[in-house]
Amino acid sequence: MTNLLKSFVVMLVVGLLANISNAADNQRDINVLYLRIATPERPVLSNLDPIPEDLGLAGANLAVADNNTTGGFMGYQFVMETVDLAEGDLESARAALQGSDAPYVLLDMSAEEMISLVDGTEARLFFNIRSYDDSLRGENCRATLLHTLPSYAMRADALMQFVLKKRWDTMALVTGNAAEDAKFAQALHKASKKFGMSFATEEPWVLDGDLRRQAGAEVPLLTQKLGDYDVLFVADEHNDFARYLAYNTWLARPVLGGDGLRATGWDRVNEQWGAAQLQSRFHELSGRNMQDVDYAAWAALRAVDEAHLRTSFAPINDIRAFLLGGIELAGFKGRPLSFRNWNGQMRQPIGLTHASALVAMAPLEGFLHARNELDSLGADEPESQCIAFGE
Amino acid sequence: MKMNTCLAALIALLPAAGFSDEIWVSNEKSDTISVIDVDTLEVIKEYEVGERPRGILFSSDYKYLYICASDSDSVQVLDVEAGKIIHELPSGEDPEQFALHPNGKLLYIANEDDAVTTVVDTETHHVIAQINVGVEPEGMAVSPDGKTTITTSETTNMAHWIDTETNSIYANSLVDARPRHAEFTADGSKLWVSSEIGGTVAVFNTADQSQIAKIAFEITGVHPDKVQPVGVELNADNSLAYVALGPSNHVAVVDTATYEVLDYVLVGRRVWHMAFSPDGTKLFTTNGVSGDVSVVDLATNKAIKSIKVGRFPWGAVARPTS
Repeated sequence: MTNLLKSFVVMLVVGLLANISNAADNQRDINVLYLRIATPERPVLSNLDPIPEDLGLAGANLAVADNNTTGGFMGYQFVMETVDLAEGDLESARAALQGSDAPYVLLDMSAEEMISLVDGTEARLFFNIRSYDDSLRGENCRATLLHTLPSYAMRADALMQFVLKKRWDTMALVTGNAAEDAKFAQALHKASKKFGMSFATEEPWVLDGDLRRQAGAEVPLLTQKLGDYDVLFVADEHNDFARYLAYNTWLARPVLGGDGLRATGWDRVNEQWGAAQLQSRFHELSGRNMQDVDYAAWAALRAVDEAHLRTSFAPINDIRAFLLGGIELAGFKGRPLSFRNWNGQMRQPIGLTHASALVAMAPLEGFLHARNELDSLGADEPESQCIAFGE
Repeated sequence: MKMNTCLAALIALLPAAGFSDEIWVSNEKSDTISVIDVDTLEVIKEYEVGERPRGILFSSDYKYLYICASDSDSVQVLDVEAGKIIHELPSGEDPEQFALHPNGKLLYIANEDDAVTTVVDTETHHVIAQINVGVEPEGMAVSPDGKTTITTSETTNMAHWIDTETNSIYANSLVDARPRHAEFTADGSKLWVSSEIGGTVAVFNTADQSQIAKIAFEITGVHPDKVQPVGVELNADNSLAYVALGPSNHVAVVDTATYEVLDYVLVGRRVWHMAFSPDGTKLFTTNGVSGDVSVVDLATNKAIKSIKVGRFPWGAVARPTS
């Protein structure tokens, strides 16, 4: 009996040595700064979908909670400071960055503001959780700026794979007049070429009446001008007018992009691959549905956590190397997430969704790639304009 | 009169059917349990149960089936003889998988939404303890000596080693991304843990929780991202391990002495879990996406039949009848 007890005690001690458990005495903090500069909110026609005040931040909060559950067993915790600034207040953002020693910074602001902040700072790792801008992953890339939000190109490629597979390849496009609409339209054009297609016909969005009253009268006229086509693409990043196109077109045709078939990094309709659990954790914490910016913030901090665990809390340069070199992050989208080592973009499946269901998860079956099928979405290594990662 | 003899003949046949071994399967999206006759390979019964049934297991005397009815937030107890649910055990929120202590009395339940493991006394129907574990606990196993319970947590990526005397964690082992299932060898000396997104199975030495081996899988013509290990089952003499590889639609056969993969068996789509026929000659796999159960002949490692069951079959467990 005493012998048995002794061997049990020995087993316990070995257990403690072999595993870092209950290590409350050598508690380690991993500091994160969430830096937000408000983006100008564009007036849109419908009042149905206000942008949540805590968009992005709620995802980061969930990741901190998730990480700290692991941290509770392993003797570390994530500590996040949030700085929320008014539109255009780059100066305070710079001051906040200087005043913080957090090695990991989530950037919730415009692409231009990100570049301006990232330049000239050392020994930090930044995550873009807010901008789809392709130039940030291309000619304007920065070696310390990683992107967990997908790019316009990734979203456009996902849609193109879908129409190609469906053989709905006679395409029309209506583009809104926001700068973001032009960027997404450009990505759609580029993607169509990549997959050997092109837009047969195209119109700018010019109507400015109250479509909530007149969509049934105005939209048929506009779309009649497009002639015949299989699918109507809409570049309307703020979902200003796109929601009024479906069922109001001249011909009976599906709408893609905008408010039709949407291509996103995350949507409330994702429920496969364990996503239901993530959705319900998020909803419990924030009282609303998870959106792609929330997911990008969540994924960034989950990646940082995973990198610390797998490298035994290595210095930041090794964390960056691990993120770009070997991470396999579980992200509830059916495939492991990792980062492209040529531009810092997180590889991820892109969901094609409508209001109440996931239609497909790109990359679609049959779109092969020599290295990783996920690299059939967005700027691939040979075509990348980014040179900052060529160390 | 003729009809009566027919009926009599039918009644005479019924008890005979009862002597075949059975495989019981939970159907996650039709809220049913299907019972498959191991000899005829046909579905012979279907029971309506609580919402989103996933993990299932039998009491040691096979008189009762325990069912994790995830969305009903309860563990239901089905009386096999009576063919109906006789009571529900408190289970904590969203029970997904569970394991029965060798004493036959205590159930250890993973509460996926709550980051806790709940210990329930199946006799008194009382919750004995709740143990804080990592985010999204799922895989559950109790060591054959009853001293250790394992919970794997999917987002925390750990196997937690819980002392069943004190109901506290005494060690945590980091594993690859999204651990789904834990299985002890029959002698309790080793623990197998599958990692769905990591694409690997880790084997630990129970005595000191050190990792002995990590098994990776490679199937010709299948992208590595789709090789996602979930269920793990060891055969009767523990010489072989069978690993269900999810959306790769294959089951790997692993030599437990060398940890080499000997074979890959093609089964239905998105294979989750498995159960051996009690005579050890066949393996039944639940295929979530194709909604069927594949029957694998273990002499040839070939699927010989697929049996249509409910929507999204998930758990599988054998019931010997002799």
